[in-house]
Amino acid sequence: METFIQQILNGLVLGSMYALIALGYTMVYGVLNLINFAHGDVLMIGAMVGLSILKALDAHFPGMSGWLQLAIAILGAIPVAMLVNVLIERIAYRRLRNAPRLAPLITAIGVSILLQTFARMIWGLNPLPFPQLLSSEPIMLGSAVISQTQVLLLVLAGFSMVGLVFLVEKTKMGRAMRAVAENPRVAGLMGVDANRVVVTTFAIGAALAAVAGVMWGANYATIQFAMGTLPGMKAFCAAVLGGIGNIYGAMIGGIALGLIESLGAGYIGDLTGGFLGSHYQDIFAFIVLILVLTVRPSGIMGERVADRA
Amino acid sequence: MALLTFDTAHKPKQAYASMAILLAVMLVFPFVASQFGNSWVRILDMALLYIMLALGLNIVVGFAGLLDLGYIAFFAVGAYLTGLMASPQFAALLESVVNYSPALGEALVAMFGEDIRTNGIHLSVWAIVPLAAIMAGLFGALLGAPTLKLRGDYLAIVTLGFGEIIRIFMNNLNDPINFTNGPQGINLIDPIRIFGVSLAGEAGSKATVYVGGFGIPSVNAYYFLFLLLCIVTIFMTSRLQHSRLGRAWVAIREDEIAAKAMGINTRNVKLLAFSMGACFGGVAGAMFAAFQGFVSPESFSFTESIAVLAMVVLGGIGHIPGVVMGGVLLAALPEVLRHVVEPAQQALFGKVLIEAEVLRQLLYGLAMVVIMLYRPAGLWPSPIKEDRPSAALAKEEAEEAA
Repeated sequence: METFIQQILNGLVLGSMYALIALGYTMVYGVLNLINFAHGDVLMIGAMVGLSILKALDAHFPGMSGWLQLAIAILGAIPVAMLVNVLIERIAYRRLRNAPRLAPLITAIGVSILLQTFARMIWGLNPLPFPQLLSSEPIMLGSAVISQTQVLLLVLAGFSMVGLVFLVEKTKMGRAMRAVAENPRVAGLMGVDANRVVVTTFAIGAALAAVAGVMWGANYATIQFAMGTLPGMKAFCAAVLGGIGNIYGAMIGGIALGLIESLGAGYIGDLTGGFLGSHYQDIFAFIVLILVLTVRPSGIMGERVADRA
Repeated sequence: MALLTFDTAHKPKQAYASMAILLAVMLVFPFVASQFGNSWVRILDMALLYIMLALGLNIVVGFAGLLDLGYIAFFAVGAYLTGLMASPQFAALLESVVNYSPALGEALVAMFGEDIRTNGIHLSVWAIVPLAAIMAGLFGALLGAPTLKLRGDYLAIVTLGFGEIIRIFMNNLNDPINFTNGPQGINLIDPIRIFGVSLAGEAGSKATVYVGGFGIPSVNAYYFLFLLLCIVTIFMTSRLQHSRLGRAWVAIREDEIAAKAMGINTRNVKLLAFSMGACFGGVAGAMFAAFQGFVSPESFSFTESIAVLAMVVLGGIGHIPGVVMGGVLLAALPEVLRHVVEPAQQALFGKVLIEAEVLRQLLYGLAMVVIMLYRPAGLWPSPIKEDRPSAALAKEEAEEAA
């Protein structure tokens, strides 16, 4: 039972990061029907920029409180990530909007490789330690523990998601986004500037990824140029699980995948009689993906999909 | 017009002449290259393996239009199969089985004989190659199955995930039953032996292979084997392309719904694309394992899948000569850069500013982005007449008349 509660907590923490990343995938997919393979690398850029800001702060203002440093790092990483993602859209995807399907997928992969290579040139090949900013004193919840960083992560993820829902459901821009997702041509006839909507979508996705990236670093204490690939892939699985194109689906799918992973890793040893161990954690996301695609391709919250060619 | 043409249907004389010239060049090439050191021939050997991979991937991506981002997994399947079936590794596997469940272990020993307990299994290349092809083909079908009804983008992610899963298994399947020997990989894989001649050279021959009194370096022997395999692959894929099946693939790529309406069984045809593409990957993997003598999970990372994809994209998606050229460029260029750019930087700036590995990655990334944006059919695109014979012929005749 103790491990169960602990694994649930871990799963929530992991899941809220997946949810933040999955939102970026699902929003872009909703508007453009495109998988932005470089999204995981935008997360990495966010984390790297955050780390650089932290280093600068440490050099110029030693003794600043950890909370403030983290806040500045996140606020600094967001615009950089936004700029990167908007540039990606402008350079790599916009020209290909009406090209055959394979073309933007291949450029997306290419952009992902390029971002990683640039990051490797700037920040180096080796994993970088991410400073411990908040007190490492764990908070006890019964027998389970959760760190302050993880609590902050949960809170931030919650606020970001509420903010996103407000933006999509209540503002004019949100209505334009929903209109473009529904039918870009008709939305254009109604006076919606589709390009502006697309740029906004990429920017919002990047901001969420930057938050997730900095918090990823703060939680796992080490970051590297290739760190974005695996979370990116898993977050996409989460988006599919929730129903791609649907922002509520991405949130639910992200949390669900986090729980599946951490419970799976916690119990796979018992389930298989010790044959498989917790180092198989990474395969759950893909098994979930394959199951969802076979059984219910529209995901938990999705309506139409799959064959919308 | 191009200096070399491979258009056998319309310009047969020119096409066969250019093939003959190329073949002659390829046959002499290793002897020239080995004057500069055997490491250059080794690079050529690897380039040939990459070309085989690129040609296999071209069936999936180029002909059928299905984006496979985990193609290297099939390469890995072939390589690990060879590692298990042609090295002492099976003895280690058996030992772990005996520890885990003695009854099963005894049954295996009874089945294969006492000898494998100490020596493992050592199948000959004639058994390994078909086995690798079948095994990889099965994996290909397995992977294609869940995504057949879905759009291409999902396929991309599933294949990406599959590549990752295979890597996780390679890294971890050493306990409790030792299939892959984990991150250390499998060592002491038998070199290829054809009619009793080992391509690695006999013991004490300083890696020289003697055929009928002539001695050639081992790397050259492998070069000729891989060249032969490449030619076979080119022949098979080009025959496939012009077969009924190949036309069905192209039809699916261009418009799946229309293809279905024409009576093509899209499910089976797509599955065939997957498993046939995978077969070539598996054979290339088997060759790689025997050539290297060891396999480890590091050789099968996501980057390698991307490298093969970049070759297909750069050369010309769906056009066999283009794909071969892409393979040559992207497999050989980084190695040349490694030997040229790093010393050049050393000489100019006194240190290496951009490592060759980084340049290689840049090259792959740029190849994919720039080609897709400005030249989506690749550097050496397929002539349109391949898909629409009559229209293209008419156009060509009009050009010649003018």
